Amino acid sequence: MKLDSKIPEGPLKDKWTNYKNNIRLVNPANKRNIDVIVVGTGLAGGSAAATLAELGYNVKAFCYQDSPRRAHSIAAQGGINAAKNYQGDGDSTYRLFYDTIKGGDYRSREANVYRLAEVSANIIDQCVAQGVPFARDYGGLLDNRSFGGVLVSRTFYAKGQTGQQLLLGAYSAMNRQIAKGKIEMFNRHEMLDVVIVDGKARGIIARNLVTGEIERHSAHAVVIGSGGYGNVFFLSTNAMGSNVTASWKIHKRGALFANPCYTQIHPTCVPVHGTQQSKLTLMSESLRNDGRIWVPKKIEDAKAIREGKLRARDIKEEDRDYYLERRYPSFGNLVPRDVASRAAKERCDAGYGVVNNDTNEGVFLDFASAIQRYGKQEALLKGIHNPSKEEVESLGKKVVESKYGNLFDMYKQITAENPYETPMKIYPAVHYTMGGVWVDYNLMTTVPGLYAIGEANFSDHGANRLGASALMQGLADGYFVLPYTIGDYLADDIRTGKISTDLPEFKEAEDSVKSMIDTFINNKGKHSVDYFHKKLGLIMWNKVGMSRTASGLKEAIEEIKVLREQFWKEVKVPGTADEMNPELEKATRVADFLELGELFARDALEREESCGGHFREEHRTEDGEAKRDDENFAYVAAWEYTGQPSEAILHKEELKFENVELKTRSYK
Amino acid sequence: MAAEKGMNITLKVWRQKNGQSKGALETYQINDVSPDSSFLEMMDALNDQIIMKDGSPVVFDHDCREGICGSCSMYINGQPHGPARLVTTCQLHMREFKDGETIYVEPFRAKAFPVIKDLVVDRSALDRIQHAGGYISVNTSGNTQDANAIPIEKEKADKAFDAATCIGCGACVAACKNASASLFMSAKISQYALLPQGQVEAKNRVLAMVKQAEEEGFGPCSNTGACEIECPKGISLENIARMNREYLSASLTSK
Repeated sequence: MKLDSKIPEGPLKDKWTNYKNNIRLVNPANKRNIDVIVVGTGLAGGSAAATLAELGYNVKAFCYQDSPRRAHSIAAQGGINAAKNYQGDGDSTYRLFYDTIKGGDYRSREANVYRLAEVSANIIDQCVAQGVPFARDYGGLLDNRSFGGVLVSRTFYAKGQTGQQLLLGAYSAMNRQIAKGKIEMFNRHEMLDVVIVDGKARGIIARNLVTGEIERHSAHAVVIGSGGYGNVFFLSTNAMGSNVTASWKIHKRGALFANPCYTQIHPTCVPVHGTQQSKLTLMSESLRNDGRIWVPKKIEDAKAIREGKLRARDIKEEDRDYYLERRYPSFGNLVPRDVASRAAKERCDAGYGVVNNDTNEGVFLDFASAIQRYGKQEALLKGIHNPSKEEVESLGKKVVESKYGNLFDMYKQITAENPYETPMKIYPAVHYTMGGVWVDYNLMTTVPGLYAIGEANFSDHGANRLGASALMQGLADGYFVLPYTIGDYLADDIRTGKISTDLPEFKEAEDSVKSMIDTFINNKGKHSVDYFHKKLGLIMWNKVGMSRTASGLKEAIEEIKVLREQFWKEVKVPGTADEMNPELEKATRVADFLELGELFARDALEREESCGGHFREEHRTEDGEAKRDDENFAYVAAWEYTGQPSEAILHKEELKFENVELKTRSYK
Repeated sequence: MAAEKGMNITLKVWRQKNGQSKGALETYQINDVSPDSSFLEMMDALNDQIIMKDGSPVVFDHDCREGICGSCSMYINGQPHGPARLVTTCQLHMREFKDGETIYVEPFRAKAFPVIKDLVVDRSALDRIQHAGGYISVNTSGNTQDANAIPIEKEKADKAFDAATCIGCGACVAACKNASASLFMSAKISQYALLPQGQVEAKNRVLAMVKQAEEEGFGPCSNTGACEIECPKGISLENIARMNREYLSASLTSK
C-alpha cells in the first residue's frame, strides 16, 4: 500500500484556495440523490452533518447519547483559537500555523495545518451568526484570552463553557435540518461495523441501544466523527461512554491508524482520590492565565502538607518553587501541556508532591497573586484610594469569579475545598489523543468513501495539541473542509442510486456483529467489564503514560495480550442482547480498547525519540527535555491491520517541511 | 481528600424492566462507600455488587460526569439531581449524605418523559421542541459578516450566555407539578431574543416552540418557581417572564 496524502501543488498559502477552485462539485439536484452517514455528533460530526444537509445531501446522523447535544465536545472549557488579530498583538494566519506546527513538535502536515489556520477566522464569524454567546468586553466586541504555547491572545471563549456553547451552535444548525427532514437522527445508536462494497464504504451496522436491534444503514459515503480514544487509560477526562469502537472497526476493515502513541496528558486536572473513582475532571488551561503553579522548595514542607500538618498558606513565598516560572522564564505558567505535565511529574517523582494519595501526585495552582493584582486594579477603577487588604481581596475575588466561577464551583464540589481561599491541587491526566485514523488532505481514510474528522483523525496536531485548538479543528473539519472535499468524491456517485442493504456485504458485517454480541452474552465469566478496563488502564498509565521506556513498553505489550485473552474467557456480561444493556455496550468498547492498547504500546516502542506528548526516557537532553530525532522519525506512523495488533504493518508517510525550519522546541 | 471511614447506605431504587412493565422500589444495602466518591460512583459500586451476585444492574443515564452534558437525571430523595443546590447528580458527592442514611432513587417523572428502563427516561421531547425553532437560520459559509461587525452590549451578551448554559437535563420538568418545560424553553428563547442575530425569527420561534411543547404533553407554567430552585445551572425565572412577553407580543402582532 502506498500512502498518498494528496497535498495540492503550489505555494502553501494558495493551496486550499486553488484546490477548492478546481475540485469537482455535485449539482444541487443530484445531491438530493446522495446519502451520507455521519457517526458522532460532537463539534466535528455535528457541524459536518448540519453543513452537508444544508448543501442538500441526505444525512443520517448517529450518536450513542440520548441527544446529539450531549457529545463530549460539550465539556470543552477554555476556548477556541482563531487568527482574527482583534487584539492587534501581531497575530496572523501564518503565526497560528507556525505555533501549531511548533506546538505539535514538528510531527504534523504543513498543508493541513495551514488550511486549519486559514479557516479559523470563518469559524468565529459563523458561530456568532448562529447566536453563540462568546464573551464580550464593555465596548461590545469579542474578548480574547491566552492559552499555552503562544505569545498572543487569540482564544475566543464563553466563560468556562466554550465547548458547550459551540456544540449547542452546531446542534441548533442540526435541528434546523432535522426539522426539514434533511438529517435523519439516530439517537441511542452505536456503530459496530462499517460495510465495504467493491472497495468503497457503503454503510454501517449499528445497534439500537434501547431495543438491542442490529440495524443496517446504507449510504454513498461514511464519515467518522466519533472522537478520541483516551479512555483506553480507563481514567481520563473523556466521558464515560467515549470510545474507539467506530475508529477501530474501520481500522480492522482497512483504514490505517496513525500515531496511536501520541496522547495528550493535560497538566491541570483534579488529582485521583481513590479506587472507586470513575473519571478525572479537567480544570481548564485558561486557569494558567492567572494561576501560578508551585510546590514547596523544601521536601519536609511537602511531606508536612501531605500529612495535613501544614497548609499551603503556611509556606512562605521564598520557600515556594514556582517551577514552571523557574525553568521556562519566557512562557512561565503558559508552557504547552506536554511540557507542563512532565514538569509536574518530575517534581512529584522527586518527592515534592502535595496530595495525600498512593503516589503523592499533585501540585498547587494558586490564585492569590491574581486576586491581589485584580483587586488593586478594580480599586483604582472604582476610585478607592488606599484600599484595605480585605477590600482588595474581595474585589479581586469578584474578578476571578467572573472569569472562572464555574470552574471554581466545580472544584469545590469535587474536593470540598474552597479555591478562593486555598490553592487548587492539580495533577496531569489523560485528556486528548492526537493520533487517530490516517486521512489524506481530503480527510479521506485509506478506504474510498470513508472519512474521519475531528479528534478521530490524526491530522493537525502532530505529537502535541495546543490548548483551544481541538474545538477549532473539529469545527474546521465539519463546517469548512469536509463539505468541500467530499463533493469531489461523491461526484462519481450521482448515477449510483440507493445502496441496497440486502447486499451480501451487509449480511456478513451484521453476522459478525451478532456473533460478537452472542459471545459476550453467553460467556458467563467471573469478572465484570470494568475489572478488565481498570487493569488495562493501569498498564497503560504506568508503562505507556507520561514517560515511557523500551523495557516498560515491551512488558505492556505482553501484559495487554494476556489480559485480552483473559477478557474473552472470563468477562461476565449480565442481561440479554435484546434490551437496554449498558454492560454489553461497555464490553464491546473494551474489547476494542484491548486491541488498540497493544498497537499503542507498539507504536511508542517503535518511535525511538521523544516528541511532544511522547516521551521516551532514553531520548532526552541533558536538562531533561524531549529530544527529537528528525533524521529518522520525521514521519507519520500509519499502521495496517492484518489480524492481530502484533502483526500490524507499519507504513511511513514522510513529513516534508518546506515553510518552517525544524528547530528544537524551546519555551525557556 | 484523604480516605475517611466508609459510609453504609441503604438504597431504595426504582426498578422497571421497560416502558410496558410496572415498576417498583427495590432495597439494596451498600457498605464502605467513600464520602469523596460521587453519587454515580456509588451507583457503579452497587452495580458491581449486583453483577457479582448474578443480578441485573441498575440502568441509569450518565456520560460526562462533569455536570455539563445533561445526561444524568435521577430523582433523589424527592428532588431532581438530589439535595445539593446547583449540581447535577454526577457532581453530587456522598459527603452530602449521612452514614446509615436511606436514599430513595427514582427516575424523572413526567408524562412527556416515558420510562425506558429503571432510571432512564426518554427526553427526546426536549429535542423536538428545539427542532421547532431552537435555531437561527443561517447556512454555513465562509462569508457571513465579520464577527465584530455588530457590537453587542456586554450586559445583554452576558445574559444571553447565562440563558444558554441550560444543559437540557429536564430537571425543571421533573420539579414542576405541571411537568412544564417552560424554563427549558425560555432559556433558548431568551438567548436568541437577547441577541440581534436572533431577533429576525423571534416571533415564529416562540410561537412554534410553545406549540410543540403543548403537543408533547408538557403542562403550563403556574409560576411556582420550583424549576429555578432545582435547576443545576441556575437558569433564572426571568427567562420565563421574557418568553411570556415574547409570546404575547408575537401572538398579538403576527398574521
